[in-house]
Amino acid sequence: MIIHVAWRNIWRNPTRSLVVILAMVVGMFAGIFMVSFAKGMMKERLNRGIETEVSHIQIHHPKFREADELKYQIKDVFQKIKDIEQIEGVNGVSPRIVIQAMVASAETGSGVKLIGTDPDREKTVSNLYTYIKKGKWFEGISRNPVVIGQKLADKLSVHVRSKIVLTFQDDEGNITSGAFRIAGIYQTVNTSFDETHVYVRFDDLDQLAALPQGAAQEIAVHLSSQKYLNQVKNKLSDMYPNLEVLTWKKLNPEFGYINDVYDYYLYVFIIIILLALGFGIVNTILMAVLERVKELGMLMAIGMKKGRIFRMIMWESVMMSIIGGTLGVGIGLLVTIWTNHTGISFDSYKTGFEALGYGTTVHPIIDWGITINVMVLVFVTGIVAAVYPALKALKLNPAEALRTE
Amino acid sequence: MSIITIKDLHKVYDGTQVEVHAVNGVTLNIEEGEFSALVGPSGSGKTTLMNMLGGLDRPTSGQVMINGTDLSQLKDSELIDFRLHHIGFVFQSYNLIPVLTALENVEFIMHLQGIPSAERYARAKELLEAVGLGDRLNSRPGQLSGGQQQRVAVARALASKPRYVLADEPTANLDSHSTENLLDIMEELNRKENITFVFSTHDARVVKKAHRVIVLEDGKVISDEVRKKEVVNGPNE
Ligand SMILES: Nc1ncnc2c1ncn2[C@@H]1O[C@H](COP(=O)(O)OP(=O)(O)OP(=O)(O)O)[C@@H](O)[C@H]1O
Ligand SMILES: [Mg+2]
Repeated sequence: MIIHVAWRNIWRNPTRSLVVILAMVVGMFAGIFMVSFAKGMMKERLNRGIETEVSHIQIHHPKFREADELKYQIKDVFQKIKDIEQIEGVNGVSPRIVIQAMVASAETGSGVKLIGTDPDREKTVSNLYTYIKKGKWFEGISRNPVVIGQKLADKLSVHVRSKIVLTFQDDEGNITSGAFRIAGIYQTVNTSFDETHVYVRFDDLDQLAALPQGAAQEIAVHLSSQKYLNQVKNKLSDMYPNLEVLTWKKLNPEFGYINDVYDYYLYVFIIIILLALGFGIVNTILMAVLERVKELGMLMAIGMKKGRIFRMIMWESVMMSIIGGTLGVGIGLLVTIWTNHTGISFDSYKTGFEALGYGTTVHPIIDWGITINVMVLVFVTGIVAAVYPALKALKLNPAEALRTE
Repeated sequence: MSIITIKDLHKVYDGTQVEVHAVNGVTLNIEEGEFSALVGPSGSGKTTLMNMLGGLDRPTSGQVMINGTDLSQLKDSELIDFRLHHIGFVFQSYNLIPVLTALENVEFIMHLQGIPSAERYARAKELLEAVGLGDRLNSRPGQLSGGQQQRVAVARALASKPRYVLADEPTANLDSHSTENLLDIMEELNRKENITFVFSTHDARVVKKAHRVIVLEDGKVISDEVRKKEVVNGPNE
């Protein structure tokens, strides 16, 4: 019955209560949508990172990543690839020769990461081939084809079928060069990736770099689902105790932390919104208490204990915040679902987004963990906001309160 | 036996300029089953005295005993509970909860007492029928006339089954017809259920109905007259 009275009390001054509730709706909608938006952006960045750039798991010589030298090799890669393909959850394996190289056109030069791979196998671990904008993925050029990014092509002023020269130190320590002809130019949304990753055929690079038969620096493993990640990683670690097996989380620590860091900022953002809304609620409840001094005096007179009066006022505040919060969160979730479907396009800010490795179309996604915590915070806000006005009400003396008009 | 005993009661307000001696040495006994009026000019201390009789305010000195309980011995929260269980209140300006219906207003006090809802409903309905509002159970105070609201207030005061009802100027805002009607209802409850009523008033017509008239002036009792019920009541049906 106390709750019932509290509920009716909210609607004594419907306009005032509605304003507070509406503010809560807007604030929480903004909060939740902001979260969904950020999560959508992160997930896309993450997916792109995995699907285009790193794949799920990579295997290296334990010293390779640190020193990045050609001599830290994996032996018998082709046998290993056959073995890895048998593991449950693995749906793509590709060998990669990785060399720091200089690329030069007639115009200019640039430092790049040169990757020698099996064009067909590479398709099973990375979707880079789907980003080919000009030419083809290793087709159309029979001798020494190369695939480079659009950004690098612009820098070098080269086109499909242009010739470029790749220079690096081979396995025996000699500086060696090879002429390659551009078969395809890709363009992902990550321009810095596009500028620094150059792909050639495994067999072409193998010879040029004078690598032993069956040696490579990297094996990329792609999984049919994230859920196999730890399982496959552990299995690979057991199979190759002398090699380093790393998942994308370790390969690109940025991806691992990005979630936590973002969450932290999102909570700060939401708490700031709630703080502002909380003051609105304090004000409204305080006005409601001051308007009702006489009635509160009467309630005390007829025998309503202070604890109950306190709770009644608490409920008024909590109900307003919960109604506003739930509606706001609900609308936020609905809009998230809808925009997840349609995507939100930011074409006008394309360059800024792409320089950071983000796509220009964002598909917001729901984060239930944060959503639940937000609801708890809304509830807490309602309680905290009522404390001051409720204490004010408890200070009333019934005899004096009843004399007021 | 005396249901209320007050001894040498004083109440001094610390006004901003002067101290106001609103109740200045009142000693009184109220007997069970009385129907008493507290009369006196404005500012004579009626409300102040009533507040202390009802445990709404604490005296500066002196003692208030109700049913053998010395109110000064009770802590604030105990005093609230004491009021809830032993005293019914009717106020000049009705003071119903505006957002609740007549029925809910009467039920509310029983809710505070922890009475189960079925019993609450039955008793509230019965009381409202007794005050002639059986057809207005679901009206909110704003939809009722002053007289009707005050009858709801009387029903509310009785809902907690007090032995003793205090009413500070219950008819001050009512027209003469409603005043008559309300007093008849109160008198009937007094007669049938032996509930003790103490009410303050300015109104001569109300004073006429009382069985005992206590006159207050400048915080002191200047006359206290007990009339015979039969004589006062007369053939008023
Ligand atoms: N809180 C207060 N502070 C100071 N003085 C007060 C306070 N309450 C009442 N008084 C004074 O005490 C005196 C008695 O007031 P009280 O309200 O008891 O009179 P009353 O007989 O009920 O008057 P009325 O018939 O107008 O209701 C008055 O002089 C009043 O001004
Ligand atoms: Mg008065």
